[in-house]
Amino acid sequence: MKKKMNLNKSTKSTLITIGMVVVTYIVMMILTQAGALSSLMKGLLVPLCIYAIIAVALNLTVGILGELSLGHAGFMCVGAFSSAFFSICFKETMAAGPRFFLAIVIGALISALFGLLIGIPVLRLQGDYLAIVTLAFGEIIKNIINVLYVGRDANGFHFSTKDFMSLNMEADGKILINGAQGITGTPHDSNFTVGAILLVVTLLIVLNLINSRSGRAIMAIRDNRIAAESVGINITKYKLLAFSISAGLAGLAGVLYAHNLSILQAQPKNFGYNMSIMILVYVVLGGIGNIRGSVIASVILVLLPELMRELNDYRMLIYSIVLIGIMLFNWAPKAKLFREKYSLKRLLKKDN
Amino acid sequence: MALLDVKNLGISFGGLRAVDKFEIKIEKGQLYGLIGPNGAGKTTVFNLLTGVYKPDDGKIELDGKNITGSKTIDINKAGIARTFQNIRLFKELSVLDNVKVGLHNQYHYSTIEGILRLPRYFKVEKEMNEKAMELLKVFDLDKEADFLASNLPYGKQRKLEIARALATNPKLLLLDEPAAGMNPNETKELMDTIRFVRDNFDMTILLIEHDMKLVSGICEELTVLNFGQVLAQGKTADVLNDPEVIKAYLGE
Repeated sequence: MKKKMNLNKSTKSTLITIGMVVVTYIVMMILTQAGALSSLMKGLLVPLCIYAIIAVALNLTVGILGELSLGHAGFMCVGAFSSAFFSICFKETMAAGPRFFLAIVIGALISALFGLLIGIPVLRLQGDYLAIVTLAFGEIIKNIINVLYVGRDANGFHFSTKDFMSLNMEADGKILINGAQGITGTPHDSNFTVGAILLVVTLLIVLNLINSRSGRAIMAIRDNRIAAESVGINITKYKLLAFSISAGLAGLAGVLYAHNLSILQAQPKNFGYNMSIMILVYVVLGGIGNIRGSVIASVILVLLPELMRELNDYRMLIYSIVLIGIMLFNWAPKAKLFREKYSLKRLLKKDN
Repeated sequence: MALLDVKNLGISFGGLRAVDKFEIKIEKGQLYGLIGPNGAGKTTVFNLLTGVYKPDDGKIELDGKNITGSKTIDINKAGIARTFQNIRLFKELSVLDNVKVGLHNQYHYSTIEGILRLPRYFKVEKEMNEKAMELLKVFDLDKEADFLASNLPYGKQRKLEIARALATNPKLLLLDEPAAGMNPNETKELMDTIRFVRDNFDMTILLIEHDMKLVSGICEELTVLNFGQVLAQGKTADVLNDPEVIKAYLGE
């Protein structure tokens, strides 16, 4: 009797989260069709999906696995560049649909692979080493891409880390990755529909993982490593599993990002340390371990500075006040009591 | 043949010989007590038996299988489960999920099957839920199945730890001070539970305890540790009347 309720509870929560995304998607689509959305808002729809996906991805590492990652923008960067590279290579030879699908798979898999490679040595350690190493990874990957030159001519691919000239290409050669200028001419395959679908896929992966045997093992490690080991949980295996899924999903956000712009560059503002911290802010304010919260927080915090553009210099001030407000609302004991007292569930129950 | 056979076990931390020439033989179905003054090395023995520490010398055999120096998870798979002196529950998981983590190696489906929600996920999860509820019922925790583990009262947290250990389907259960912090009523109830577990699960139990009432009440045999060495070993009544043991506990 009880077990059935329990199963339904987690399934219900998953359905509510997915439902929220779907309803928002439908409303936005109707508004777009009706022409009620400003071009600013239309331009924000895909970034909203991107940041919601990466916030959910990071929450898997921070909230569910209990490890701190300060380099998720780095994984996003890996996903963005590997998929964009694939897309410009096959720009002429493949139809847009299957090409973008493959780009998504490639971007996610390659950044998951990077997650695995970083995780294998680091996740065996206890302590905050993952934070330090991912922080370094984010910076290193950005700098490597900024000096990477790749071109293609009749003889095949040419690589260099010096400059465009040292690629030694023939006259018909085409440059694919042009150092700090990045990748130009990525097909514009991302749109709000794809973004919403990928967000739903991300949510399903993460929420279904949490409510499964592996997810319980991951959370058990988070709660008490020694006890988890004592009941026969393979610590390294499940840490690696969670972290590489998280990195792969961050790569997914990167794919979406890369195919939403025609010029992709690895700059501090999109893939740097500040971006990683920004994502962490979404996770912390949405509630560590609270997947639905991450989606809501990232949507609010991406929209807010954009909607307050007219306020110019004051908008960062208001932004920070809102951050403090959300933090208090989430964590202050008095606010918690208040929320419990006036929670929607409770008010509805009283009416019955 | 003894279920647990430990010979000449020893470990040093720097210059301190924490456990030295420790020997113990536990027969299947026995309720065995490990006692000794504070700092005698009891928990260190548990940590050696469960692979948290690797012994410097000696040999540990479980059911005829050499498990000396194995990893904690392999020792658990071989059949030793334990509880902790300072409770170590998965605090943010529900009571039911705590037990289901214990069932982890008994029930299998892959991560992919879990994420894609394939039929096997539902089938195995159902079995796991049933098994976990069955265990919770034994410890009278079934009504709290949906509670967070950290919201349970202290005595129930201790019980949940035992339930979780039992979920791993062990041959030998190690209880580290199960009655610590309990009032006399709770201790009495715990004694009944331990006996019940031994009888109904065909379990062999080794427990560390300071509560002499509990020890003399349920343990059939005792080993007394003092300064890392075995001071006395044998039938409970004999050991407790041993003048050496009394001296170690009460001083001269």
